[in-house]
Amino acid sequence: MAVKQHVVSGGVELVWRFSIGVIAALAMVLWSRAPGSAQDVAIVRIAYLSHVVERPPKLSNLELPPQDEGIRGGQLAIKDNNTTGRFMKQAFELHDVSVPAEGDPAVAFKKLIADGFRFVILNVPATRLVELADLPEARGSLIFNAGAPDDMLRNEGCRANLLHVRPSRAMLADALGQYLMSKRWRSWFLVIGRREGDRLFAAAIRRAAKRFGGKIVAERTWDYGADARRTAQSEVPVFTQGVDYDVLIVADEIGEFGEYLPYRTWEPKLVVGTQGLVPTSWHHTHEQWGAAQLQSRFRKMAGRRMTALDYGVWAPIRALGEAATRTGSTDFDGMVGYIKGPDFELAGFKGQKLTFRSWNGQLRQPVLLVSPTSLVSVSPQDGYLHQRSLLDTLGYDEPESTCRLQ
Amino acid sequence: MRHGFEAAILALLGWVSISTAQALTVYVSNEKDNTISVIDVGKQVVTATVKVGQRPRGIILSKDQTKLYICASDDDHIEVLDLETLKLIGTLPSGPDPELFVLHPSGNPLYVANEDDNLVTVVDVEKGSVIAEIPVGVEPEGLGLSPDGEVLVNTSETTNMAHFIDTRTYQISDNVLVDSRPRFAEFTSDGDQVWVTSEIGGTVSVIDAKTREIVKKIGFEIRGVRPEAIQPVGVRLTRDGQWAFVALGPANRVAAIDAKTFEVKRYMLVGQRVWQLAFSPDQKLLFTSNGVSNDVSVIDVEKLRVIKSIAVGRFPWGIAVKE
Repeated sequence: MAVKQHVVSGGVELVWRFSIGVIAALAMVLWSRAPGSAQDVAIVRIAYLSHVVERPPKLSNLELPPQDEGIRGGQLAIKDNNTTGRFMKQAFELHDVSVPAEGDPAVAFKKLIADGFRFVILNVPATRLVELADLPEARGSLIFNAGAPDDMLRNEGCRANLLHVRPSRAMLADALGQYLMSKRWRSWFLVIGRREGDRLFAAAIRRAAKRFGGKIVAERTWDYGADARRTAQSEVPVFTQGVDYDVLIVADEIGEFGEYLPYRTWEPKLVVGTQGLVPTSWHHTHEQWGAAQLQSRFRKMAGRRMTALDYGVWAPIRALGEAATRTGSTDFDGMVGYIKGPDFELAGFKGQKLTFRSWNGQLRQPVLLVSPTSLVSVSPQDGYLHQRSLLDTLGYDEPESTCRLQ
Repeated sequence: MRHGFEAAILALLGWVSISTAQALTVYVSNEKDNTISVIDVGKQVVTATVKVGQRPRGIILSKDQTKLYICASDDDHIEVLDLETLKLIGTLPSGPDPELFVLHPSGNPLYVANEDDNLVTVVDVEKGSVIAEIPVGVEPEGLGLSPDGEVLVNTSETTNMAHFIDTRTYQISDNVLVDSRPRFAEFTSDGDQVWVTSEIGGTVSVIDAKTREIVKKIGFEIRGVRPEAIQPVGVRLTRDGQWAFVALGPANRVAAIDAKTFEVKRYMLVGQRVWQLAFSPDQKLLFTSNGVSNDVSVIDVEKLRVIKSIAVGRFPWGIAVKE
């Protein structure tokens, strides 16, 4: 269904894809039983801009992320919104732009704004994300961060026109930390990869240890290089020798070596973190709270499993759908006001309503703890209390946040 | 300690009032076991466990009470269980992923919510054929039928609407927006109101069946229970218009609401994750399916007390009572 179109813009070749949105919306309108013509239908235009700089190394990763990760979640949300939109005389369109690693997302972003898009979902690295949000062109738009887990964006890098759908590293680490403490696995051996993201994830783990009473008994940096397939069996035992710990926490976001740690440690110990038992916003093994329905709708549409990034693009579009339905309008200010207001609630298949934190724009959400083939637990864990919402035991709470929105 | 003592007394009381209901049989679908548990209420035990299709959820008795219709969600059809022999005697088409259904007061047709396909399918149970497919919102689930059978209300969980459907034309006449994840719709016996539960919104919307306006939104508050854990699903209303009972999911309670004043009068502690409810024909007992504790709670409607719990299979979902 996707039509590929190559556009040369600012010397950078961008791949523009028109999603099913326009066609689907039109079909819905024609199909609608309600009297009135297509002109009566109000249209909400949404853009998804992704700029993936670094992909997992092919060598050591057995399961590569699908090429259409993210956008497919968006397409499903558009379909859901348009089914509801039929009853509201509203239609939703999704426009998808993918900027290659060497390209400039700012060029693509400015073009989207010039084309009249005011709702933009971004999957770009954190530093670029702040740049885009600060562009003069971005004033008067609402940006959803679907991909960057950086805590910086929820603190000093927060912006009034920016909402975060993906859980932050602190939320993920807290979700994991609560579970480890509930199991009384208190001594943590932290193994850190060589990338910046790994160091940030490790920092979030240290923060979780402090918050919940875990003890980091050792920290080691993995610098054996990228491809450990042939050498892991000899390297990992030596690397993990001489530490007395309960669990090994690995920080390897891109998947360079973490998969080679389980079953190879010196002691027979569990591996958690970015591999092994992993905290995530979404996983194909999650089926509670009606999630089975979303998973099967997704599988039927995309022919594959739904990933966390798919969920990260699905959720903001559903939030916009809710805003248009509840306000009965597609007015930008009205929709934004609703989403940021006290009445907003999103049924996100996680057993309770999801809302945005007023102090930093982060979507409050339960975090799944998964192994590759099973859902192990969902955090927050029992016993972690909070005066406002138990979900605020995950990540930066209001008093800790250094975000200062005007 | 006190709790245990109360439970013992309740169990005794339960024995007394239950034994007056000798002739009742309760059927429960066990979503994860792919079985139907048959409970002899007089004896308070499961007397038979019948293997059925995959992921059985909604169940309903035929008008003559000789058959049980079963939504076999993962088999994409409805199964017909003969209650005399406890043998499956046939299937009905249902459209994909049937979840919940409601039977026309005349005994035919059956209206089925197809959760995966945004449809309500109308099935002729005599001919075993599909009469119509009605496009509705995303993830249709709840179905309520007016006492005269003329208006069907369907709730769609992701669209968050109650769709009012004319059962003669199969056209939607109104869409009423309710709180998040509406799961169940039930008409009052006089047909004047429709009660719709919102699982994530945590509320019940009472809709005027004529004006199609929400006349009351009922909220819940239980001491010691997080507001997010209060997730209303099943609703049953007494014929005399006095009581409404609402299953509150992971709050593990059933709310008894004065149906005239809309005031919550009592919260009754039942098993874990209570979803569906069914009355005995005389409406003296109310049975609940408790998905996580794998049991059925029995409520004495007059005393507003839980008098018994009966263990069934895994993830009990649908529930039906036969005299």
